[in-house]
Amino acid sequence: MPSLKDLKNKIASVKNTRKITKAMQMVSAAKLRRAQDAAEAARPYAERMNAVMAGLAASVGSSASAPRLLAGTGSDKVHLLVVMTAERGLCGGFNSTIARLARLHAQELLAAGKTVKILTVGKKGREALKRDLGAHFVGHVDLSDVKRVGYVNAQAIARDIIGRFDGGEFDVATLFFNRFQSVISQIPTAQQVIPAKFDGAAVTALYDYEPSEEAILADLLPRGLATQVFTALLENGASEQGARMSAMDNATRNAGEMITKYTTIYNRSRQAAITKELIEIISGAEAL
Amino acid sequence: MAGTLQFDLVSPERRLASVAATEVQIPGADGDLTAMEGHAPTITTLRPGILKALGADGTKAYVVTGGFAEITAAGVSVLAERAVPVEEANAALFDALMVEAREAAAATEDKDVADKLVADMAALRAAAGL
Repeated sequence: MPSLKDLKNKIASVKNTRKITKAMQMVSAAKLRRAQDAAEAARPYAERMNAVMAGLAASVGSSASAPRLLAGTGSDKVHLLVVMTAERGLCGGFNSTIARLARLHAQELLAAGKTVKILTVGKKGREALKRDLGAHFVGHVDLSDVKRVGYVNAQAIARDIIGRFDGGEFDVATLFFNRFQSVISQIPTAQQVIPAKFDGAAVTALYDYEPSEEAILADLLPRGLATQVFTALLENGASEQGARMSAMDNATRNAGEMITKYTTIYNRSRQAAITKELIEIISGAEAL
Repeated sequence: MAGTLQFDLVSPERRLASVAATEVQIPGADGDLTAMEGHAPTITTLRPGILKALGADGTKAYVVTGGFAEITAAGVSVLAERAVPVEEANAALFDALMVEAREAAAATEDKDVADKLVADMAALRAAAGL
């Protein structure tokens, strides 16, 4: 049985923890709104870009002159996994779900005899995968100094990926990130970006192309990759804040429950102590 | 009076404009072009330049770097990698763009393309009057 003083200290410490988690929850709520706004603002560009590229890809894709970013290298021996996670923890299962998906994917590829290379974005994913897949790391992008993820960051990552592709380092690239569904649900997603794949119906309207379709496509593919990376970064940002918000909400609630429980125990043992003292006094008086 | 067409200008980070315009002047990769209502459907890439939209409430000009424009009979949507209203453009921005263009020029093997990019940037800066 813990002493009254111990219980009191315990309650005070849990109360402090609750204050911290509550504050973190509110900070993430504010950040989540900003992240969602950013994702919302980026959507028109990404959607239009995707639609136009899908149209172009459908008309050019089958020809032999198609750019390599679209057609691929013709083999699928070496896979590059771009694992995008957060820079910080304390956000529930956010980082581990991405890491788990990436690990599964990597193990499948390795079992199939392919070569796997991993590029990590965000510190947490790197830590999570270091133990069993550390040997496959080829690079890391640190975003911990970036306050607000901008298109420039996405461009830098895309340039890195394209540089490696042009250098013949890999054949297929896949992005791993969490797609934001709601505050309580984020979906770990694997998206293949090289060779480029487009979902959704192609634009079928007949356009004049200036310069040629091939030239436009060659110009747009790197931009398209940057856009996809940017979308993934934004989705990830919103997911991270959402996950942290619900994790901290849970923590706050648990702390509240713990405080109630300990307060009950504290009061009970206080009363027991008083009763005991009273009995001692009374029986002492009766003995006289 | 010519009819109007819907003009949208979006950059990866935000939507800069969505207004009705009577004509839109676009710095296309193969030369400037002006889109008005009923233009044939066209997709063109952009070179760094000044994009102008003439509407009922005057002319709006934007500094744009690469990207593309999608023109249909009813509207123009411009997807620019970077777009800044001319009033907000300043010497620092152009300096940064120039540096970027030179870096890109140094990295590429295609001399023609690289020189054109740097020249376009210089012309853009002159056009903006800075």
